[in-house]
Amino acid sequence: MKVHEYQAKELLKAAGVAVPAGVVITEPSEAAKAYDSLGGGLIVVKAQVHAGGRGKGVAVGPEVDRNEALAIASGKKARPEGMAKGVQLVRSADEAVAAAKSLLGKTLVTYQTGAEGQMISKVLVTVGHNIARELYLGLAIDRALQCPVVMASTEGGVEIETVAHESPEKIHREPIDVGVGLASFQARKLCKALGLTGDTAKKGEVFFKRFVQMFIDKDASLAEINPLIVTESGDVLALDCKLNFDDNAMFRHPDVAAMLDTTEEDPAELRASKSGLSYVRLDGDIACLVNGAGLAMSTMDLIKYHGGEPANFLDVGGGANKEQVLEAFRILLSTPNVKAVLVNIFGGIMKCDIIATALLAAYNELDFNVPLVVRLEGTNVELGRKLIEESGRKIVTASGLTDAAQKVVAAAKGAA
Amino acid sequence: MSILVDKNTRLICQGITGKAGAFHSEQCRDYGTTLVGGVTPGRGGGTTLGVPVFDTCYEAVKATDANATMIFVPPPGAADAILEAADAGIALIVAITEGIPVLDMARAVAYLKAHHPNVRLIGPNCPGVITPGACKIGIMPGYIHKPGRVGLVSRSGTLTYEGVWQLSSLGIGQSTCVGIGGDPVNGTSFVDTLLMFQADPDTDAVLMMGEIGGNAEEQAAALKASGKFTKPLAAFIAGQTAPPGKRMGHAGAIISGGSGKASDKIAALEAAGIRVAKSPADMGTTLQAVLKG
Repeated sequence: MKVHEYQAKELLKAAGVAVPAGVVITEPSEAAKAYDSLGGGLIVVKAQVHAGGRGKGVAVGPEVDRNEALAIASGKKARPEGMAKGVQLVRSADEAVAAAKSLLGKTLVTYQTGAEGQMISKVLVTVGHNIARELYLGLAIDRALQCPVVMASTEGGVEIETVAHESPEKIHREPIDVGVGLASFQARKLCKALGLTGDTAKKGEVFFKRFVQMFIDKDASLAEINPLIVTESGDVLALDCKLNFDDNAMFRHPDVAAMLDTTEEDPAELRASKSGLSYVRLDGDIACLVNGAGLAMSTMDLIKYHGGEPANFLDVGGGANKEQVLEAFRILLSTPNVKAVLVNIFGGIMKCDIIATALLAAYNELDFNVPLVVRLEGTNVELGRKLIEESGRKIVTASGLTDAAQKVVAAAKGAA
Repeated sequence: MSILVDKNTRLICQGITGKAGAFHSEQCRDYGTTLVGGVTPGRGGGTTLGVPVFDTCYEAVKATDANATMIFVPPPGAADAILEAADAGIALIVAITEGIPVLDMARAVAYLKAHHPNVRLIGPNCPGVITPGACKIGIMPGYIHKPGRVGLVSRSGTLTYEGVWQLSSLGIGQSTCVGIGGDPVNGTSFVDTLLMFQADPDTDAVLMMGEIGGNAEEQAAALKASGKFTKPLAAFIAGQTAPPGKRMGHAGAIISGGSGKASDKIAALEAAGIRVAKSPADMGTTLQAVLKG
């Protein structure tokens, strides 16, 4: 689960990690008050969407071609005069209002959002600082080490993947024992690696330890402070913050779970997750319904291998019931551009006759206007096949993976 | 012979009184596994499926000499159930539970390494382990397996069944099939399992099924290249068409920051001389080709 920058900073602040003062607004008129409340001077107005690349991103209305906006946000085209950037510096209350107006209600297109962009419904108005140094601080789960690992680099403000690729020696790593947190000696090592000295190093140590503890206490899965800044007066601050959380741990963090902004999620993916289905939308025209994540991924690969394009990843899970399968079909059939549906079930826990019953119920209840190819194998397969054959419905049955893929690709091309 | 489980395995189930725990305990017993008991805190003293239920693993081990456990405890308590089993002296822990918080597993794995280095944890979020014809611990449909001499190791569930099915249909039996699970932090890796298969005189070759995310497949490739695994090895990698940044069901199946891509894994495996099936329909035939040399 992802949260907005302003929410991430609220969590950091609550954990005692230094962040710049800020106010969240939803109306441009609130910007003037926010500007004054922060003491005026240099203030930053930042669009709040989950995607990265906001600084180079552009906020546009319906009149602007989105592909053009994407080209500008990706640096492939020059930004025209007056086209609003996702992050703006202002020096007066009037400028703050104008900046907020240029963002709220508009769509932010960044290299990460794609041409579709993301609607801006909140803006963070925050204090600007005189930056002496820009650093990078990240925390992620390292699977090989089987624990979270802090990554710190003097190369702040740029894509850390680029640093990792081009000069991996510039990233300092500290593995974290979850029971211990960041030990003081590790915090000192981080300060050394980042070149923090004197009072700044003392502030850095406190910052790093609290940051790691927040990550552990809230079951975060990824945290990134980029840039982490050292101000001219020697303070250490999180200028930006990206936080992701472990969905599986949200049962013990209702405060974090409440931060979910459903407007940022794909409606179909959200709908699927409510029914306990794992769904990811893709660009192709062959929808697939599969049990198990590995088999679902393999089914996408199979479709592609035989010249088709998968429209989605959909895992109905191991113990899906009739209602879940029905809902899965509803989601698949409501996806625009779908020209054929492939059902690929290897029944272990999920019995093939359950799938067949759900499938036929869906067929009767829904408007199945595209060809349906079904491949069943496993527990009660004979029973399942018999149910489909005796139903008299126009369902194509397949006898193996290759047969299923060839049939569904042919069906999709026939319908095209 | 085989790895991990055989006729001497004495199994308990933690969470045996739950719906899934009860159903699969019965399935395992019916397959021929020696099921000796179950554990559900607060339900000790009763019986289910004809075996005694205990409040704690300690009591279960004392009364039944159990040497393996299958965990169906719901996610909030599952990592604790793993630690309890290890502390009670159970040598093999198979955690089926899906959805355990990652940091709970990081704590549990660190605890096992520090205090019980000889305990073998399989999973979590896995289908389990089966030695066909001898012992099944997990949720896989038993009848698709066939006793034989090919080992199988996979990060997935149903994709594993698909691989097993293809092998059995070709008349190729399996020594042991191990589902290591799809989570980012788990108990047993590809490398661990390959080394066990290497040491097993009754395993001639191995089929390995990986997926996007992490670098466990690359580590397996390095093991093969180093000469520490010398048996014929075939592989398949799921997720060749998965877009970056999108989690594909399994908590571990995500391409992030440009790492964990299927193409990189396939390249690493092939560079180590491991044959990789291009289509998931060809996993069985690829292994067959490798066996023939």
